Amino acid sequence: MIEVRDLHFTYPTGVEALRGINLTVRDGEFLAIMGQNGAGKTTLVKHFNGLLKPTAGEVVIDGVSTRDASVAQIARNVGFVFQNPDHQLFCETVEEEVAFALRNFGFKETAIKNRVDWALNLLDIKRYRETSPFMLSGGERKRVALASVLAWDPKVVILDEPTIGQDHRQKEKLRQFIVQLNAQKKTVIVVTHDVEFVAESNPQVMLMSGGEIVAEGDAREILTDQKLVAQASIVSPEITQILSGLPDLGIQKNVIDVHEATSILLDLLEVAS
Amino acid sequence: MSMFEGFRFRRVSSVVHLLDPRAKFFFVCVLFITAILNSKLPPLILLFFVPLPFVLMAGVQREWIRSMRGALFFAFIIFLFNFLFTYLYTEYPQVPSAPLLERSIAMTLRFLVLVESFSVFFLTTSPDHLGLALEQSHIPYEFCFAFTTAVRFVPVLAEEAQTIMDAQKARGLELERGNFLKRVRNYIPILIPLIVGAIRRSLELAEAMESRAWGASEKRTNLYVLKLKRNDYLLVLISVLMLILAVYVWLYIPIPSLTILLSF
Amino acid sequence: MIEGSPITVANETLAIIETRKLVYTYSGAKKAALKGVSVTIESGEIVILTGPSGCGKTTLCRCFNGLIPHFYGGKIEGEVVVAGHKVVDQTIYELARHVGLVFQNPENQLFALSVEKDVAFGLENLAVPRDEMIKRVDWALQMTGIEDLSERPPHELSGGQQQRVAIACVLAMQPDVMILDEPTSFLDPVGAQKIFEVINELNKELGITIILVEHRLDLASKYADHVVVMDEGKVVLDGEPRGVFNSEKARLIGVGVPKATRLYQILRENGTHLSGVPVTSEEASKLLLEVLKRD
Repeated sequence: MIEVRDLHFTYPTGVEALRGINLTVRDGEFLAIMGQNGAGKTTLVKHFNGLLKPTAGEVVIDGVSTRDASVAQIARNVGFVFQNPDHQLFCETVEEEVAFALRNFGFKETAIKNRVDWALNLLDIKRYRETSPFMLSGGERKRVALASVLAWDPKVVILDEPTIGQDHRQKEKLRQFIVQLNAQKKTVIVVTHDVEFVAESNPQVMLMSGGEIVAEGDAREILTDQKLVAQASIVSPEITQILSGLPDLGIQKNVIDVHEATSILLDLLEVAS
Repeated sequence: MSMFEGFRFRRVSSVVHLLDPRAKFFFVCVLFITAILNSKLPPLILLFFVPLPFVLMAGVQREWIRSMRGALFFAFIIFLFNFLFTYLYTEYPQVPSAPLLERSIAMTLRFLVLVESFSVFFLTTSPDHLGLALEQSHIPYEFCFAFTTAVRFVPVLAEEAQTIMDAQKARGLELERGNFLKRVRNYIPILIPLIVGAIRRSLELAEAMESRAWGASEKRTNLYVLKLKRNDYLLVLISVLMLILAVYVWLYIPIPSLTILLSF
Repeated sequence: MIEGSPITVANETLAIIETRKLVYTYSGAKKAALKGVSVTIESGEIVILTGPSGCGKTTLCRCFNGLIPHFYGGKIEGEVVVAGHKVVDQTIYELARHVGLVFQNPENQLFALSVEKDVAFGLENLAVPRDEMIKRVDWALQMTGIEDLSERPPHELSGGQQQRVAIACVLAMQPDVMILDEPTSFLDPVGAQKIFEVINELNKELGITIILVEHRLDLASKYADHVVVMDEGKVVLDGEPRGVFNSEKARLIGVGVPKATRLYQILRENGTHLSGVPVTSEEASKLLLEVLKRD
């Protein structure tokens, strides 16, 4: 469980990035942190594995304040997948890349082998075991980066803008993977401004703007609220926009899923005819 | 905290900032030459105070003091070396003799004058002005471009290095762990992505430059043009006078050392 | 429209870019990146070029402004004609007067220490006289709505602002065609929307032909006149947006079809026919209302 209590953070440059964040992320939760670039999303999640320490307030993970632990200690439980895989890939083979963290955490060689196998299978990159990560495509590099974090099986997985630079198909694959990860009881925290991605995954949503939390709730509730969406400088999902473009027909309009929208519309047409 | 802190430009504007970089550079060079021509303490003390009005006018005291503080370490080393070597290789009678001490202090002060004048120059000259000055001094454009681009990308690379460090720390890398060799090896996971990234970046840059007609014309034009103004001429005039004075004194007037002056 | 078969644009007299059986292999590569691409881009259109990663979109764009073959080398066959010039016979800087290319990563295409200096870069290279240059820089900054940023260092701006600077840089050279290679992939939705609005304005007001490489079809498609879909080095769909987005093939390749079109398809599968294929949410709302009223 991650507890954030009145967290303030100011960068050495004087930029006040977080202004009093209070938040609890329960075990097994699927949370999307949304807001425009510069809203403080990444700054916030960098506190979850101790990369940044609070200027004021506290972040407590499973009862331990991040001030009292090293990044390596926290990282054992909180995995962080960075936005750009190129910021971490450096090994000669995919296998070594995935084993890197395991070595740092002091796993035994047999355990390392098993876990690497498991992670490569999980992300469907087994055939690249001996390949250099630099030879792979963008989508594949992303999966190597993901495997290299999932390999040590952290309880919490944080993904910073996972969909950036991915095409539609890769995005969908990644989305299904993330949803599945959460279904297997992992706590998943996604930082994103990809509205359609969130609309299709239906997580809990936290909206941020100017270093503060604007709203919290489930995706449907938050993303269909025009006022909130405007306040956080994102846009509502296309489906929501289509329905809100209709006059008041007595139908439910807080819909974010295309299939739900069609069934509502079909019902309406049936009633009419 | 380092001597180089003092060389980082901060965007402010003042009379000194607005001076033509070429005029400022000329002035700095004159200070440099004057300092080299003098090995006696009294004129060097005087020289040390010459750039100070510029520091005050530009309002960069804090940065200036920081750079001077950074230079102190090197100054100390220079002092030590001068003292030791002059003692070992010349026939100074006793230690510490006043002339020996004075000579070492003078050499140290000479170094400080050099650092001081150059740091004033860099503290008050924006990199793009500097690049422009290079260009208008008929230095090949490729070189000037490389210079401004380097300045432009230093903060970007620093930020990238930080991100990479974070990413690897998040994978359990502990930079401070192990003996010296191990610690050096700890930096490999940071250096490789940084270098690969820099190469990729330079390729993208090259593409962008090509796409914007790089090398289209032998005679490039320039959005900004440097023009010497009244203050610049004034500074050049002061510099020339200083130079003449310095050379004249060097040639014809033997300056006594402080020790001799005081013994009268 | 017939699904599946590439459709060529009929009117060829207004073509500003035309490729015929273009085959290209990067030097050192075994497989060709482009395997016989024939497309025609008409003057004044907004074209969306899309397709899965690695399908050859970026490679095709590089052929349009001469980076291929002049910068990349490799083996090129077939023909590329841009604004009446054969690309192989021109230098990149000659082509730069006709075609501007805006890249995906804003950070790596801005290299000066102030915005205006960056915008002037191309003009400086072309040795445009200083008075004229100042006018054109101001104009480009105005058109992209960033006059107030002119003296700021580009690397201190937000991604969206940087990308508008990059557009201004290209615009200042007054090209006939502007190609934008995934210009919004690092931006948030609001930043992306602003970019699309700027692009649309440049097209409507100045008649600049726009080629937009995009995955984000939900936001971009409402501006498009023409959509080209590529897959594995070939053009697989080519035509007006409604037809392309509604085709079965687009969905199979994994094109991110706009939700409005998707809704239309699902309704149709369930026996409800809208009177047209919507691409934007506004269109979808309007078409839905029609059906709802009719019943």
